Amino acid sequence: MIPEIGHFALIIGLMLSILLASYPLYGAFKQKEGLMRLARPLALGQFGFTLISFLCLVWAFIYNDFTVAYVAHNSNTALPIYYRISAVWGAHEGSLLLWVLILSGWTAAVAVFSRTLPLDAVSRVLAVMGMVGIGFYLFVLLTSNPFERLLPIFPVDGRDLNPLLQDIGLIIHPPLLYMGYVGFSVAFAFAISALMTGKLDSAWARWSRPWTMAAWIFLTLGIALGSWWAYYELGWGGWWFWDPVENASFMPWLIGTALIHSLAVTEKRGVFKAWTVLLAISAFSLSLLGTFLVRSGVLVSVHAFASDPTRGLFILGFLGIVVGGSLVLFAWRGSEVKSHGRYELFSREVLLIGNNVFLTAATLVVLLGTLLPLFYKELGLGSISVGAPFFNDMFTVLVIPFAILLGIGPLTRWRRQSWAPLAMPLTIAGGVALLLAFALPWIFADSMTWHAVLGLALAIWVLLATVHEIRLRVGVKKDGLKGLMRLTKSHWAMVLGHVGFAVTLIGIALTSSYTIEKDLRMAPGDRVEMRGYQFEFKGVKPIEGPNYTASAGVLAVYKGGKELTTLVAEKRFYPVQRSVMTEAAIDAGLTRDLYMALGEELDGGAWAVRIYYKPFVRWIWAGALFMSFGGLLMLLDRRYRLKGRVVKAAKQQGTSPTLKQKEASA
Amino acid sequence: MNPRRKKRLLAALAILGGSGAIIGLMTYALTQNIDLFYTPSELVNGKGHSLEKPVVGQRLRIGGMVVPGSVKRDPQSLKVSFDVIDKGPIATVVYEGILPDLFREGQGIVAQGVLINATTVEASEVLAKHDEEYMPPEVAEALKDMDHMKSDYGKTES
Repeated sequence: MIPEIGHFALIIGLMLSILLASYPLYGAFKQKEGLMRLARPLALGQFGFTLISFLCLVWAFIYNDFTVAYVAHNSNTALPIYYRISAVWGAHEGSLLLWVLILSGWTAAVAVFSRTLPLDAVSRVLAVMGMVGIGFYLFVLLTSNPFERLLPIFPVDGRDLNPLLQDIGLIIHPPLLYMGYVGFSVAFAFAISALMTGKLDSAWARWSRPWTMAAWIFLTLGIALGSWWAYYELGWGGWWFWDPVENASFMPWLIGTALIHSLAVTEKRGVFKAWTVLLAISAFSLSLLGTFLVRSGVLVSVHAFASDPTRGLFILGFLGIVVGGSLVLFAWRGSEVKSHGRYELFSREVLLIGNNVFLTAATLVVLLGTLLPLFYKELGLGSISVGAPFFNDMFTVLVIPFAILLGIGPLTRWRRQSWAPLAMPLTIAGGVALLLAFALPWIFADSMTWHAVLGLALAIWVLLATVHEIRLRVGVKKDGLKGLMRLTKSHWAMVLGHVGFAVTLIGIALTSSYTIEKDLRMAPGDRVEMRGYQFEFKGVKPIEGPNYTASAGVLAVYKGGKELTTLVAEKRFYPVQRSVMTEAAIDAGLTRDLYMALGEELDGGAWAVRIYYKPFVRWIWAGALFMSFGGLLMLLDRRYRLKGRVVKAAKQQGTSPTLKQKEASA
Repeated sequence: MNPRRKKRLLAALAILGGSGAIIGLMTYALTQNIDLFYTPSELVNGKGHSLEKPVVGQRLRIGGMVVPGSVKRDPQSLKVSFDVIDKGPIATVVYEGILPDLFREGQGIVAQGVLINATTVEASEVLAKHDEEYMPPEVAEALKDMDHMKSDYGKTES
């Protein structure tokens, strides 16, 4: 009974999204307030019914209702309760239901948190989100119904969740990632509704900025978490594989990063409007493309779900409608969008164009590398793969100008900047950065790679420039700490974002240069030394888990004769799915991780053992945390709430709000 | 030329030059990093209409089923060699390192590496079927005609 309720609730959700996509839009077109007022309750109702539907599926998992096909395929009575809940989004149907839930959640959030916006604007935005919703509700209901029953013959026990997904990282990774993906639909909806009216002003940019930032934060965290999960769960210590599905999430991130910068320019200076709209459309289109790549199974990937051509075709069609429709609208209305405001060749505007150009170029690189194998195959040219070196080389080249501009950008003024005041500090920063980049590896490492030098130089350059920028804003001599307090949260957001980038860059450069990886054949008692650490293999003992059995390899770690820690890595066997999984053991640290994974058993009691020394690998994810925290600070900035009140107050007085805001320090 | 036009011209030139450089670089990087996929029979008999054979030293990917009983391990190190097969001809893969969890005799695998003689690939990476329901599409295609398919993969659902 419960699964049927879930199914019906989802159908009601579809009906409400159809109403949401039509009535408020018509109301906004005809300026009928009654119809426009429907938008908010419809959005909330849509969310409510989708939530009911989702909870019904959760219920089916908790109570092991194996008459539901999806539950039977992805759960098992021996599975611990928390994995039973996360199994809801462990495979195709359920993860799409989660997708729809999050989409309706974002729609409801827009309805709730935009009370200060003009009614017709909200109606249009919600209607566009309703249109997106229709597509996804139909997708779930027509091609991937999670509530399908296996009656009358149903299994006594389920086939268990894929063991790879039985992990804390995978409980939160998909929801975070989806929050990011789907969140860009809000920026998309704002852009489309602005195109409809042709009113692309700085108010539009200001409204969509916090939403875009929120989505970007989730996407950043989601990607970082996915990378961290791959690092410890896949058992080979890699943190990024340029896997098609990773790329699918990376592309919206790159474009989203360009978008938050471009939105800032549009808000503050009223230029780049058309470009910003195009970026908003691209960010969401790339999210949809990512969905298509994952769901259709057209690409070889560790993430690929069982493939089904109708699903791929549906998403491809939907993608065509969304991209095609919005580009037609853009072509039709985009020409009316005029940017006013002048700027010189050396100004913050131009440096931000640089930011956008390089981020877009990076996106194109990833897009090409990801889709080329697909095109090759469809054209009948045979099966190819594009290797990771392609992406690595391209990104190494692109990051150089990007980071250099990133250092200069915050130091410049809008409109016009003269070289003279910057020449001295930038020369010093550049010199110090180069010096340290050569000195640090020379002192602390036994070899020097040009990747490490390059990465360090760029990261230190960005850090120094950022520090200098804060000093300029505050005026160190005058009031020191008090000056620091005066900086706005938005300003700190930018600082943290850029520092985060530098931190990640250091992590990537040092990890990829100084990682030591050894695959060894070890018998109990064998010892090996690596970077001052001695490892002794103590043998393998059996372990019994809730739904698996495991062999646990024990490795004692010594440093300077003293025992430091013991690493226990497991090789698990999951009987229900008959699959073997590696659980790595990691001793984490700020400057290095010690990583161990167990390979297969060899003759004579020996085992294949991986021992890795991974310096600064944590910095990669720490940088992402910095960036996300920066984003959060921006959301908390008073400007975005205060102005809401200003608009409201002005509206009540019947005057048009004064939107020109004194630019805080910038 | 008025200053505004001049600025635009400069901007347009910069974008053109930049994108040209990036595209050029990308094409170069791509030619270095595209790996063609071969099945063992394509390796031996040639691929496509022109029956093109890979040359020794070429980077490539090979996919097929691990021939049961062909896995040979070196007792002193982690060196391993095994044969892969699709419709008839056999190719050998040599590898040093830890094989993936799902590597088993009779399973489909994909190996990435360099051709060191006519039928031997020195692999830098070996990928195995990811779980019971999933296998690399290339391998599935290569194995389509094999009889083993029915018994081994008949359970696989769509």
